[in-house]
Amino acid sequence: MTEIIVVTSGKGGVGKTTTAASLSMGLAARGHKVAVIDFDVGLRNLDLIMGCERRVVYDFVNVIHGECTLKQALIKDKRHDNLYVLAASQTRDKDALTQEGVGKVLDDLAADGFDYIVCDSPAGIEKGAHLAMYFADRAVVVVNPEVSSVRDSDRILGLLDSKTRRAERGDGAIGKHLLLTRYSPVRVEAGEMLGVKDVVDILGLDVLGVIPESAGVLTASNSGTPVILDSESLAGQAYGDAVARLLGEERELRFLDAPKKGFLKRVFGG
Amino acid sequence: MSLLDFFRNKPQASASLAKERLLIIVAQERSTRGAPDYLPLLRNEILAVIRKYVNVDPDAVQINVEHEGGSEVLELSVALPEAAKAKMAGSD
Repeated sequence: MTEIIVVTSGKGGVGKTTTAASLSMGLAARGHKVAVIDFDVGLRNLDLIMGCERRVVYDFVNVIHGECTLKQALIKDKRHDNLYVLAASQTRDKDALTQEGVGKVLDDLAADGFDYIVCDSPAGIEKGAHLAMYFADRAVVVVNPEVSSVRDSDRILGLLDSKTRRAERGDGAIGKHLLLTRYSPVRVEAGEMLGVKDVVDILGLDVLGVIPESAGVLTASNSGTPVILDSESLAGQAYGDAVARLLGEERELRFLDAPKKGFLKRVFGG
Repeated sequence: MSLLDFFRNKPQASASLAKERLLIIVAQERSTRGAPDYLPLLRNEILAVIRKYVNVDPDAVQINVEHEGGSEVLELSVALPEAAKAKMAGSD
């Protein structure tokens, strides 16, 4: 049974690709056969984050247009041989994706025995974003604790309930999860940033994970290794927890509290 | 809070303001989600007609589209002002 998971957000720059890369890497590390697909036609970036940018020969649009086979376009990850990347086209425009074409690729991946297909959605609510979510069984909505991101996420949640194949067929609601990124416990404690509870109160969904703001995320993208592989960084550990929850394990949320200050700092600040 | 913070001018925490604003706008946007595009215009025209007869508040007219089974139901509610209600009761 193949499960299709869309990573989406509405707003750009909140960490969709970082999240798609880490979740798919985490699922593969646990032995599942995973394909991760970049739906951002014209602005391909998943390949860079996954570190396979120089191995892209054929892309998603080539497969849809029958210019190559699916097998030729799937890039096998160097760290896990059960993880495959399908890059977005960098030269076509976003109309190159069609619903039938995307549906066929997903069916073919399912027939090929993939356990999980992770769809990395582009920002916005146009065609690419629509197609990324259309076939999904579950959605991971990436949200920053910031007003515009929270509002856009709510808009996306509405679309997930109405503009997906499951909604149209009445197959039961798509599973929805929130994933908070760039979370700063220090700023939350100071009352400068929305906390987990605030975001949950507003959007009315449970959280799959809270990823703390971490230098590790930039380091990881610089080197093309999904941050989940950096077990030293808090973000990497938090993504590890999120993968466990995605697979149904119970895990306490971590890294929500600001580090305790020493006595001198408490008295004199800093 | 440190001793030095106590003497500094501390700006008011802004996260609670963000939450308050988001709760309102999200609730408002959810109430019109999935509704036809013509709904706001329809609402304004109905309001104009009602105002020919009764002087109601601009937000006295509430329109909702409910989905029941396969059909859609347009739900319209108008809150009449106190004076108008008394007058209508008197005319019975």
